[in-house]
Amino acid sequence: MNDEPRAPARTGAADAERLHPLLELTKVRLREFYREPGMIFWVFGFPILMAIGLGLAFRSQPPERPAVAVLARADHPLARALVQSQQVASTLEEEQAALRGLARTKYALLLDLRGAEPVYRYDPMLREARLARAYVDDELERAAGRRDLLAPRDEPQSLPGTRYIDFLLPGLIALNLMGSSVWGVGYSLVVARKRKLLRRFAVTAMRRSDYLLSYFLSRLVFLALELVVLVAFGVLAFGTLVQGSYASLVLVSLLGAGAFAGLGLLVGARVDNTEVAQGWMNFIQLPMWVLSGAYFSNERFPEWLQPIIQVLPLTALVDALRRIYNEAASLDQLLFQLGVLVAWALGSFTLATRTFRWQ
Amino acid sequence: MTLAIACRGLVKRFGTKVAVGGVDLDVARGQCLGLLGPNGAGKTTTVELLEGLHQPDEGSIELLGMRWGEGRDRDLRQRLGVQLQETTLGDKLEVWEVLRLFRSFQERGRSLDDVLQRVGLVDVRRQRYHTLSGGQKQRVALACALVGDPDILFLDEPTTGLDPRARQALWAVVEQFRAAGGTVLLTTHYMEEAAALCDRIAIIDQGKIIARGTPAELVDGLGRVQFVEFETQRAVDVARLQQLDGVQSVTTRESKYRLCLGRDLELLAGVLLELSRQRVVPLGLSTHQATLDDVFLQLTGRGLEAAEAPAEGASS
Repeated sequence: MNDEPRAPARTGAADAERLHPLLELTKVRLREFYREPGMIFWVFGFPILMAIGLGLAFRSQPPERPAVAVLARADHPLARALVQSQQVASTLEEEQAALRGLARTKYALLLDLRGAEPVYRYDPMLREARLARAYVDDELERAAGRRDLLAPRDEPQSLPGTRYIDFLLPGLIALNLMGSSVWGVGYSLVVARKRKLLRRFAVTAMRRSDYLLSYFLSRLVFLALELVVLVAFGVLAFGTLVQGSYASLVLVSLLGAGAFAGLGLLVGARVDNTEVAQGWMNFIQLPMWVLSGAYFSNERFPEWLQPIIQVLPLTALVDALRRIYNEAASLDQLLFQLGVLVAWALGSFTLATRTFRWQ
Repeated sequence: MTLAIACRGLVKRFGTKVAVGGVDLDVARGQCLGLLGPNGAGKTTTVELLEGLHQPDEGSIELLGMRWGEGRDRDLRQRLGVQLQETTLGDKLEVWEVLRLFRSFQERGRSLDDVLQRVGLVDVRRQRYHTLSGGQKQRVALACALVGDPDILFLDEPTTGLDPRARQALWAVVEQFRAAGGTVLLTTHYMEEAAALCDRIAIIDQGKIIARGTPAELVDGLGRVQFVEFETQRAVDVARLQQLDGVQSVTTRESKYRLCLGRDLELLAGVLLELSRQRVVPLGLSTHQATLDDVFLQLTGRGLEAAEAPAEGASS
């Protein structure tokens, strides 16, 4: 073999196909991902389980009637009128049992009819208790002979996008995009550096930009899959429909994934220790889990915190997705959120590529 | 004779530690140079400076007439094949997938089949990397270095931790590359490896090159000597051994003794006679002619593989 001529082995043409490095890098990234069963669960299984759990907990039920304990003789006319009520569920009780029930929040209100005038005992801090008081008072007044001056008509409504699951689903999609982008990019980079794979690549003729781009491309592929799975799950399991356009949904998701991939790149730019990387990724994600309103509205946080909350990438993504989902918002109504996402994507990517260490 | 690798006055410091303290190297095209030294001697840093992974603090590097940082780095990388220490090339990937990836980085190169054949991995081409043996992983690393059909091959301790058979198989691949006109720079702390593969050897210790030459030149540099080694329970009167005719040096470590003396049989007989006079019973008495190990020991007073736990003795 030693006298084999050197030239013919030098191919380029003999490989029928010319391999494109960016394509090959992306394929390798995809393979490494789908050959890791744990990753599949965290990206696809976990958000679905989450949606099922929360969807069950907050499923739409007929409104519960506040429970009221009544202290009175069984033939008291007001007590008998109250039993007929559609608004509250009343029970005749002994005083001791009634007080115990009140303390354990079995009853929202205690109505004492033993005196000349009714007495309400309740905790005014509790919304349910105040509601019960209003209902009971209404029933008692009517039973005592009050005449209503107006005759309002009730029109019960169930608008799409007003259930909790409709509120929750866009939040879960946003959380999922954040988790998979930050981890998918950040963690993989740190592992590659730890395995000294980055420095091995650095001594080849590979374009370094190809390597970083391959992370974004592989994220795109998974982004598409994640979106399809979660949106379809929402439709099939809960009947949660996208009121706005799918194109807007895809574009916003893309920008969101870009912003979080940038943050992942930033984490992966220098760290060579997986524990440290996990710490950083949690440090980035945890505050946003709480503040950005994925599970409950971020308007609950005080006014002075809002300027910070509103420029967080997860807030922008959650708000934009939710408004597309439930309010059929068009992109020109979401310019602020789009701007926030683009700024995070560009800022983090620029900073990350400047500080990136191949060693 | 054109030079493939030329570096002058290479210095690299990490903090206050001087890893490489002024190294000059010349490797002609088609030659194989071995950088030989114990762990921590600066071998790896030297190679990584040449590979362009680190910037030298001082000195110049020229590879195939090109220098790093002059805008032709990628052209230069197209012509280098590199194998680094302790690289995990992708646990979840199959052998051919790893190779295909590395092939895609190079504009020209060998076909995957050709390279797989060369390194003897055809049978495991569809196997996942993490299921391979240590020797197979090293061959994958070598295949990745060869797949771009490089002009210069850098190998950093290519056979550390391999059994003798796997080592021989790897040597055969390197020899084949050399025979086709390729230039090789390899680091090793195995004397045997340096002797088997290298045209020239540079011995490096504490960041400096302390000797260089062909393996034969280095060994001959010690003179016409032989080494006698033995172990004994009783203390030996070393002073009397040193006074013997032809004995050049006596080194002791715990109960082990090592004498360097001229090659004549009479001189050896004199040593044995003296030992018997001292009523010393030598255990495991052996004699051998000088090897590169002895060269290193003589130069530094330390064993090459002292830091490592070698699988086999250097004398045989």
